Amino acid sequence: MANVTLRNVRKTYAGGFEAIKGIDFDVGDGQFCVLVGPSGCGKSTLLRMVAGLETITGGEIDIGGRVVNQIEPADRDIAMVFQNYALYPHMTVYNNMAYGLRNRRMAEAEIKTRVEEAARILELGTMLDRKPRQLSGGQRQRVAMGRAIVRQPKVFLFDEPLSNLDAKLRIAMRVEIRKLQRRLSTTSIYVTHDQLEAMTLADILVVMNGGQVEQIGNPLEIYQKPATTFVASFIGAPPMNLMPLRSDEIKSQLAGDARANEAGILGIRPEDFVITSETVSGGVALGLTVEAIERVGAETFVYGTRQHEVQGVAATPGELPPGEIIVRIPGAVGPAIGERIRAVAASDKLHLFTADGRKRVG
Amino acid sequence: MVEHRPLSDIIAYAILTLGIFIVAFPVYLALIASTHDAATVVGGRMPLSPGDQMLENYYRAVFVGGARTSREPVAQMLINSFISAFGIALGKIFISMLSAYAVVYFRFPFRKTAFWIIFVTLMLPVEVRIYPTYKVVADLKMLDTYAGLILPLIASATGTLLFRQFFMTIPEELLEASRIDGAGPFRFFWDTLLPLSVTTIAALFVIQFIYGWNQYLWPLLITTQDSMQTIVIGIKKMLYTTDELAEWQLAMATAILAMLPPVAVVVFMQRLFVRGLVETEK
Repeated sequence: MANVTLRNVRKTYAGGFEAIKGIDFDVGDGQFCVLVGPSGCGKSTLLRMVAGLETITGGEIDIGGRVVNQIEPADRDIAMVFQNYALYPHMTVYNNMAYGLRNRRMAEAEIKTRVEEAARILELGTMLDRKPRQLSGGQRQRVAMGRAIVRQPKVFLFDEPLSNLDAKLRIAMRVEIRKLQRRLSTTSIYVTHDQLEAMTLADILVVMNGGQVEQIGNPLEIYQKPATTFVASFIGAPPMNLMPLRSDEIKSQLAGDARANEAGILGIRPEDFVITSETVSGGVALGLTVEAIERVGAETFVYGTRQHEVQGVAATPGELPPGEIIVRIPGAVGPAIGERIRAVAASDKLHLFTADGRKRVG
Repeated sequence: MVEHRPLSDIIAYAILTLGIFIVAFPVYLALIASTHDAATVVGGRMPLSPGDQMLENYYRAVFVGGARTSREPVAQMLINSFISAFGIALGKIFISMLSAYAVVYFRFPFRKTAFWIIFVTLMLPVEVRIYPTYKVVADLKMLDTYAGLILPLIASATGTLLFRQFFMTIPEELLEASRIDGAGPFRFFWDTLLPLSVTTIAALFVIQFIYGWNQYLWPLLITTQDSMQTIVIGIKKMLYTTDELAEWQLAMATAILAMLPPVAVVVFMQRLFVRGLVETEK
């Protein structure tokens, strides 16, 4: 059991490329921390630095009160689950799990107890004599987890462990990982690019972009109060609608709002719109032409274009094309394609950011 | 879809049969020649059916030796050939696996240079560097020894390249998982890399065993005693005689015997090889 603390951690490659630009955060004992961000944001590099597979070129990483910068991966008391599982193909499931323990010169009887216990938890009991190639993707995933569990480490590290599984299995394993982590209450750091995985698993969510932390916090807080436009469009699916405040249509509606003076960008989540002809005081109403409709049963997504031509805000991943707005309405009934609608959002549902998108103003 | 027509099948089989015949006939002829007595073989009208001298010829070749020519029985030559071919094959695998391991997995100064130096030796086979190599071996007093037969031939760029390519296909995560599991460089090599390389080793062994078995120039240079000569040289010596008739029936028996070990190695190793191809592990 241990805290993991990162203090101004940096990584600069020999060529001068700065992959990690000074990161600070703290994962409490037994907490589940998820690093999320688009590919290339440095989240995997950061995890590998915690594991000891990448050198740390600046700052300190502290695991359980011990600075581990110069300590070998094997001596950091961590266990890692890899994206492609990295099982030893020539060893049986049993030996895959036992290998790390044997290298630590643990007694064979103790190894047996631990492996069997892990196999019981993960329902691998009948497969201990098989080789990895005889297992399905989900079973391999479990063996990889088993290999981590038997070590009883201070920290679990997960590097996108579910991305090779099909959608259904991914959801099942996601729940299983969460249950397992609760049960063992081992501090965990989990890397993913899937914001849904991030939202559902995390105690603490760290949103990363370009080698920096965009926001740290409880997943729901981050969802409700994203600190930057990047976080706003990355967390949540479909993404938050972002539009510049320069256009007169919106600006005039926000005339009475004090926040609007500083702000340059307005964000509204798709589910915060109501399609109505009524006026909401302090809110924003947008006139849209319906371009496309997606009905998924419980909810319907309406894609509309604003009638006033607008310039796009800074392009971030997952962002909509300029001028396009998504509205999410419950149920299966909604407007028809080509129809003109009026989407209204109340004043407390508005997210306002500075013009560069780097700061939330309300 | 290829359409199956009886006529095209017949033609295909005829061509294949012809190919087999062309390859196999000289071998068959050698086998037949080794079963007749000297007079029949030298007589100029070689029969195409086996004679009755087979046991006699093979017994003489293996245990007695050609009385007038090679002087040494083939048994000793087979042993010499086997030791040097086996030593060359194993030595090459050992050296090239270690050097490939160093080049692929370790970061050290001039790593690339080291690799290219190894690579360049591809252009320096024994024949090119034969004088300096001979000098070194002679100075080390290794003439007429197994070490002299084996050591100069085991440094292998081909093997190093083969293992390098293979090691580079092994996912990096396997190394990282080993590091986290507390395996140092030696353990990783022994516990993970070596078991995964079995099929590559088998392939290289087959190639290098035959390479070692067929060595001619080098053993010819450094062996002077009959008791150290290899079978390939033995065959040659049987055929060049002064003032004597070559004992062709013994030479052919020796040739057949010389073929058996490489064939055995291919047949035995092929099973490993095919198993490696069928059970793809990742």
